[in-house]
Amino acid sequence: MQTVDLRGVACPTNFVKAKLALEMLDEGDTVEFLLDDGEPVKNVPRSLKGEGHKLLGLKQVDDHYVLTLEKVGE
Amino acid sequence: MANDTGKTTIDLGNLKAGGFIKERGKDLFTVRLRVPGGRMTVPRLKKIADVAEKFGGEFVHLSVRQSIELININFKDFDAVVAELGEGEQKVASCGARVRVPTACGGCEYNPNGLVDTQRSALEVDEKLFGTPTGHHKFKVGFAGCPFDCPKSATNDVGFQGAIWPELNKDECISCGLCAKSCAEGAITLGADGKPEFHPDACIYCGDCVKVCPTEAWKAAKKGYTVRIGGKWGRHPLVGTLFATFLPEDRVVDFITEVLAWYKEKADGAGRIRIGDIIIKEGTESLLDRLRAGFPDFVVAETIPPQAIATQVGK
Repeated sequence: MQTVDLRGVACPTNFVKAKLALEMLDEGDTVEFLLDDGEPVKNVPRSLKGEGHKLLGLKQVDDHYVLTLEKVGE
Repeated sequence: MANDTGKTTIDLGNLKAGGFIKERGKDLFTVRLRVPGGRMTVPRLKKIADVAEKFGGEFVHLSVRQSIELININFKDFDAVVAELGEGEQKVASCGARVRVPTACGGCEYNPNGLVDTQRSALEVDEKLFGTPTGHHKFKVGFAGCPFDCPKSATNDVGFQGAIWPELNKDECISCGLCAKSCAEGAITLGADGKPEFHPDACIYCGDCVKVCPTEAWKAAKKGYTVRIGGKWGRHPLVGTLFATFLPEDRVVDFITEVLAWYKEKADGAGRIRIGDIIIKEGTESLLDRLRAGFPDFVVAETIPPQAIATQVGK
C-alpha cells in the first residue's frame, strides 16, 4: 500500500496533494495519508469523503494520524 | 426628469421603501440596490454596471450588508435609474424603520460547511417581508448556514444559524474515531468499546461528525435553524440570544412575522428603539411566551436577554 506523507503541509495544499496522489492510483487501490493533528486531520478526511472516496480508518501514530482510504472513481 | 414647465418631476412611489440616501454633494444620492443574500446573477451585474456608468460616479460601493450601492446619482435621474435597472430584475433596497434586505452566506449548495439553504431563506424573507414598516426602528435579518456563522447572525434583530442534530447508528460505525477527532466541542468521545459516545450538552449542532463519518453511521436526525433575537451593532452593541432551536426552514417567515408583531406592540410609544432593547425592558419571558403559541416544538424553555458588549470601557 502506498503511503503519502502530508505532514508539514498546510490546508488546502495537503488536500490538493492528496488529490494529485490519488490520480496516480487505480480504482479500488488503498492508500495511507499521514496527516498532522489539528486542521489537517479535521479537514482532509472530510474533503476526500466529499470527493467520493471510501474512508477505511484513522489511527493516531505518535504525533500524527494515518488515514486509510480506498480510491473510488477514476 | 423635467416636464414642460422646466420643473423636476419624480415618481415618489419609487422612494416609498427608502434606498435613496442623501450624499454630501448638492443633488447627489446613493442608490442602494436590493441584493438578498448577496447573490447577484452575472447578467444583473452587467446591467448594474451599465447603469452605474451612465448615471453614477466612477465606482460603486459594496455595502457591509451585501448590497451594491450606486454612488453620485443625481436625484433628477431617479426615475431613469429605476427604469433602466429594470423593474422586475433589479429593485432598489430600503432604509429607515423597515425590515431590511436579509443577508446570507452562500449556504449549502456549494459550500461544504453549509447545513441549510440560507439563500432560499433569504430570498423568501426578502420576497415576503422586505420593506415592512416596523413603526419603531430598522429590523435586520441574517442567515448563516452553520455555526461558523460568517454572517454574524447574532448581530441581527433576528439571526438564523443552520443546525443539525446528529444521531448515531452504532451498527454502521467502524470505530475509526474521525467523529471524535473532528468534534471541536468535545461532544463526542470514544467509549471503552471503541464506539463514539455523544455528550449533547456540549454539541453546538455544526454537523462536522455527520460530514466526516465515512459510513453514514452519524446521520442528521433534525435540521433547521438556531434562532437568536435582539442583536444589533452601532453605538451600543447587543448580541442576540437564543430563542429557538431547529426551527424548520419553511417556518422562518411565520416566525419573523410573530417576532415583528410582538415588537410592534411592545415598543408602542417607546420611540425609535430596536427590539433588543425592548426585550431587555420587557424581559425574555414575554417574547418566549408569544412565540411558544405558534412554535411550541422549537422555542427554548428559557433564555437570557440580549447581551450588551462594553465597547466604551477604557476610554
